[in-house]
Amino acid sequence: MIELIDVSKTFTLHNQGGAVIPVMERATLKVLPGECVALTGASGAGKSTLMRVIYGNYLAASGQVLVGGLDVAQAEPREVLALRRETLGYVSQFLRVVPRVPTLEVVAEPLLAIGCDKQVALDKAAGLLARLNIPKRLWTLSPTTFSGGEQQRVNIARGFAHEYPAMLLDEPTASLDAQNRETVLSLIEEAKARGAAIVGIFHDVGARDRVCDREINVSDFTPGMAA
Amino acid sequence: MNEYNFAYLDEQTKRMIRRAILKGLAVPGYQVPFASREMPMPYGWGTGGVQVSAATLTPEDTFKVIDQGADDTTNAVSIRKFFENTAGVETTEETEKATVIQTRHRIPEAKLREDQIIVYQVPIPEPLRFLEPRETETRKMHSLEEYGLMHVKLYEDISQHGAISTAYAYPVKVSDRYVMDPSPIPKFDNLKLEMDAIQLFGAGREQRIYAVPPHTKVVSLDFEDYPFEATKANHPCDLCGAEDSYLDEVIMDDAGNRMFVCSDTDYCRSRREVGHVGRLAKEDAA
Amino acid sequence: MTPLLQVKGIEKRYGARIGCTDVSFDLYPGEVMGIVGESGSGKSTLLNCMAGHLEPDAGQVIFDTRADGPVDTVTMSEPGRRMLSRTDWAFVHQHARDGLRMSVSAGGNIGERLMAVGDRHYGAIRDRAIDWLGRVEIDVTRVDDRPTAFSGGMQQRLQIARNLVTGPRLVFMDEPTGGLDVSVQARLLDLLRGLVREMGLSAIIVTHDLAVVRLLADRLMVMKGGHVVEAGLTDQVLDDPQHAYTQLLVSSVLQV
Repeated sequence: MIELIDVSKTFTLHNQGGAVIPVMERATLKVLPGECVALTGASGAGKSTLMRVIYGNYLAASGQVLVGGLDVAQAEPREVLALRRETLGYVSQFLRVVPRVPTLEVVAEPLLAIGCDKQVALDKAAGLLARLNIPKRLWTLSPTTFSGGEQQRVNIARGFAHEYPAMLLDEPTASLDAQNRETVLSLIEEAKARGAAIVGIFHDVGARDRVCDREINVSDFTPGMAA
Repeated sequence: MNEYNFAYLDEQTKRMIRRAILKGLAVPGYQVPFASREMPMPYGWGTGGVQVSAATLTPEDTFKVIDQGADDTTNAVSIRKFFENTAGVETTEETEKATVIQTRHRIPEAKLREDQIIVYQVPIPEPLRFLEPRETETRKMHSLEEYGLMHVKLYEDISQHGAISTAYAYPVKVSDRYVMDPSPIPKFDNLKLEMDAIQLFGAGREQRIYAVPPHTKVVSLDFEDYPFEATKANHPCDLCGAEDSYLDEVIMDDAGNRMFVCSDTDYCRSRREVGHVGRLAKEDAA
Repeated sequence: MTPLLQVKGIEKRYGARIGCTDVSFDLYPGEVMGIVGESGSGKSTLLNCMAGHLEPDAGQVIFDTRADGPVDTVTMSEPGRRMLSRTDWAFVHQHARDGLRMSVSAGGNIGERLMAVGDRHYGAIRDRAIDWLGRVEIDVTRVDDRPTAFSGGMQQRLQIARNLVTGPRLVFMDEPTGGLDVSVQARLLDLLRGLVREMGLSAIIVTHDLAVVRLLADRLMVMKGGHVVEAGLTDQVLDDPQHAYTQLLVSSVLQV
């Protein structure tokens, strides 16, 4: 479902004398449907960079980034947009939303974007918000004013609203209490059970051990750090 | 008489104006530019109409001039005198007898015939100017038949006044093509624009001539739910009793007394001559 | 899928000076593209060439018309192009007074395009004008007020309503939030985003404000000196800019 073949990533800083900084070399990995892979490695090793390359947020310098058969590194913007809409979900650590949009609609949006019936989408969003213990009185408010933990849960609800066949999870259990952590882990397990291919960053070792099938140490791809 | 060419203008100028008139008749409602001449009267006194009349008159014509329907106001008298002096044509106050009628702001009540020509004095020939001041743009709008703006004006009327308050110079569409300003005639007269006579419009200051040939379709613009209405004061004429003519309101004193009289003085006079009597006819005679 | 708009090799010169040159891209239905660059980069020239306000010296602007499919609007007849700009196209000017009739009421401003395409029922026109005032968050009791009595943000929202009332498929926007207070900008962007989504609009937005494109645009084109120096997904171009100029542009934004 997700396959990287010899992917490298460099940053060229044109405004700092054209310095070329290689950050990733020959990254190769493969994640099958129903599989969850954890990215590990020291801070700065390039875990987030790799996630962003897969999402198309960073442009790979060479190699192939295949998600659902599409090479993200070469695809047209509209193909990547369609991929993000239908196939590839991304739960980041931070919620980025337009002000004034009610929480319920923020969560339902990925479903509406793929043409889901509005009521069905709102019902599903409501179900997820309830599971993640967001008080019902907050649903009609914009999440911009919520606490950090509440925003994180809204973000997760939004990320799991549509059943993406492939998902990227960036610290999904960070800053959650035990009960909500449990809910998120079962959401991940359900996603695996329905066949989603998942790549994640988990600093929470317990969570990693519970949901991940294997680990990939990104230090192996870090230039100058490879053994 | 010897000092002037017939009807004041030189023959070359008359040819130029006639060409513009013919073009105007061939393209009903289209504003034809022409090289307006200096006339021995100020702009706003009917220089456009006078030039069209001068180019239209023949020695055999009988000429009538009305101003707001009246034959005896300064403007009408001056122009009538002007052509008596420069063309030597016969003049009349009777609509029936005239072959060329120059008018400011009215159409006579009597039905005009095929052998008559009516010449309108036009101050502003461009109906779209109210909302679009650029002449380049309005000419383009005419050529491309983009007339939505005309309805914006009527929309504004209704939204500000509850009804289409435009009472004169009410825009019309001629022969399903050009939107035209019928000159500042009251909208009561709009229905008469479909007539048997030739209608010529002259704007001297703006240097435009346009025309409506006999039996041409002329439709007043309106909305489906606010249809065009040819309104007049709801009153009979106090002198001749006519109920079908456009009326002027005359304030009689400072006690609020007023009377309504036909704006078309010839129409009113001819009705009284055959015995029609209005509410205040006697007092007026006394 | 047929692109809604295909721009091919557009060039406009002002004498020896380049306005914009060699610009090509496809815009698909529902896509919103931002064009960014500094003043004089050619982004407004390009927008005006595409919208038919300027005649390009070379190139094609092919629009997928409802009736006849893809047609080059550069060589199309003027009546056809003007009809397009009243129906399927819309243009939102930076200065609302360039896009509004300041002597006509808000309702008349919104109704103009409807009347231009033949609507002749006053009540229906007014109802739609009122509906649109509500959609752009202007108090509907102000339907008979002239835009001269409106604030800058209200004028801009009125201009948007006036443009969108005929349900266009492609909207050109020239610095739609320029000259507005930041709080007013945010509200306008939010509104635009909602309308784009709701109506399935395609849009081309010229701006120098990167926050505007981050919020509104799916795709981004960066221009400098009349050339397109970089194009791609908005978040990719902003988060991982490849060209020196784009890097400078992105790094020049003050972080709040």
